Amino acid sequence: MRIDKDLVAASATPLVLAILAEGENYGYAILKRVRELSAGELEWTDGMLYPLLHRLSRLGYVTTEWRTPDEGRRRRYYVLTDDGRAALAEQQRQWATVTRALGDVWRGPGGLMPALGGA
Amino acid sequence: MDPVEAGPPEIQIAEEQVVESQIAEWRAYVAKAPAVDGRDVDELEAHLRDQIAELDAADLSADEAFLVAVKRMGSLDTLSREFAREHSDRLWKQLVLGGDDEQARPSGGWVEALGFAAGAAVAIQVARLLAHFPDEEPVWFLRNIGLLVLPFLAGYFAHRRRRLDVRQWVLTAVPFVVAALVVNLYPYRPDAATELLVAAHLPVVLWFAAAYPYMGGTVRSHERRMDFVRFTGEWAIYFVLIALGGGVLLALTGAILDPIGVDIDRIAEWVVPSGAAGAVVVAAWLVESKQHVVENMAPVLTMLFTPLFAVMLTVAAVTYAVSGVSGAFDRELLGVFDALMVVVLGLVLYAMSARDPSRPPGLMDRIQLLAVASALVLDVMVLGSMVARIGDLGFTPNRVAALGLNLVLLVNLAGTAWFSTRFLAGRTAFHRLERWQTRYLPVFALWAAIVVAVLPPVFAFA
Repeated sequence: MRIDKDLVAASATPLVLAILAEGENYGYAILKRVRELSAGELEWTDGMLYPLLHRLSRLGYVTTEWRTPDEGRRRRYYVLTDDGRAALAEQQRQWATVTRALGDVWRGPGGLMPALGGA
Repeated sequence: MDPVEAGPPEIQIAEEQVVESQIAEWRAYVAKAPAVDGRDVDELEAHLRDQIAELDAADLSADEAFLVAVKRMGSLDTLSREFAREHSDRLWKQLVLGGDDEQARPSGGWVEALGFAAGAAVAIQVARLLAHFPDEEPVWFLRNIGLLVLPFLAGYFAHRRRRLDVRQWVLTAVPFVVAALVVNLYPYRPDAATELLVAAHLPVVLWFAAAYPYMGGTVRSHERRMDFVRFTGEWAIYFVLIALGGGVLLALTGAILDPIGVDIDRIAEWVVPSGAAGAVVVAAWLVESKQHVVENMAPVLTMLFTPLFAVMLTVAAVTYAVSGVSGAFDRELLGVFDALMVVVLGLVLYAMSARDPSRPPGLMDRIQLLAVASALVLDVMVLGSMVARIGDLGFTPNRVAALGLNLVLLVNLAGTAWFSTRFLAGRTAFHRLERWQTRYLPVFALWAAIVVAVLPPVFAFA
């Protein structure tokens, strides 16, 4: 399954915010987590993550810090702020509404689901 | 990396060197993208190395791992465009304004700029001859100066952006047409104070009108508004530089021609109005095409003058608080404070446009907050005394204009102080402060428009 480009773009911000809500992280590990969560279905161009992270930083949703862990190379870590948590909560509300609406219409009488269900 | 899997140690080392040099090349290549700065390249390189290490572990040769990692990173074109979208402030410094919609013209656009400059110079000269300025000083000439010059600036932007459709062309022209009608059809009484107020405020209105074609019609974008603020600041620097150069040239010409009996005043009458009008467009062109000359100046000017103004304002605020305002109060004072607030606001905007939004709060931000807070304290004292006395003095057009401007600036600086305090306390991002300023811009335009269009009828064109 190839997920539509617009859908990938739209889900990028809530995904990154949610991953950072699990704890501070750096770019490469965030991408790995995205692949893991979507079982490799969500394919991002790696470089695109960084402008997104910088935008979140400008909006005050995350703070950043360069750090060298005991083992490993110097990396820039991103930490979710309270504003970021609030933005994530808002995103969750919006996505919940969208998925509920889609679910209702697909399950509903004469909806797509029975037709697809046979396949 | 596991040498046992990847082959004999000596080949391994050779391969590592190759990959190191490949990474260095890739790094240099990425660093060339205008919107990607050094620390971003560090970040991307760390990512690339993580990816290579993981692929190495999955049994790819170092060479292959590098290729795959680079491919995954995405094409540099797309990458740099994404970075450019997020970091337009960096782009601004690198002169790639307009992006890929605007092809670089080999002439650098100076022919067009010169054409529009010449248009403005001729327009003002014709009007001057008709007005017999400066032998006579008809107010209609003063009233219309903005209308004689700034349409050429707007035209220059509209021409340069090249992507305005018909609707946008009309929207660009409408403010100028309306202004021309309002300014010239109002039946001013002789020696009307409102007429001079219109002459002073109209250029401000039209400057904001020129912002529309400058932004290529995208007036809602806060980033583009910030670009326009930046443009205004740099334009002012260039205009002053041109004016200084022109002054030296004129003085020397006078000194040379004086012995053979040529009167320099007669020459200046011709040269100064046209020169100034042309310089408006030429300065705009210089900002657009020679940005990197000035971009280092705005930070230096702010670094230099923010502390000086902070000291001056703090001392003044303390002195006023001790001695009381009433003794020093007179009619002119409000005008002086308007000028002061404009300068403080200018400093704030300069500092903001030159600042990297992601930098944490520093000493300079604190000094700036001190300057803004002192200016606020001073202004509130003066304003309080003014409002208390307005009953005896009565409302005149000048007083209303000065008072209104003062309030507009006061609200802006109060907002600035509030957001800076929160920013310094680490409670909000710098971006909020920027947003406050860009959101507030239309208020300035609106107030100037009110003075031009509403104030004269309210005071019966007196």
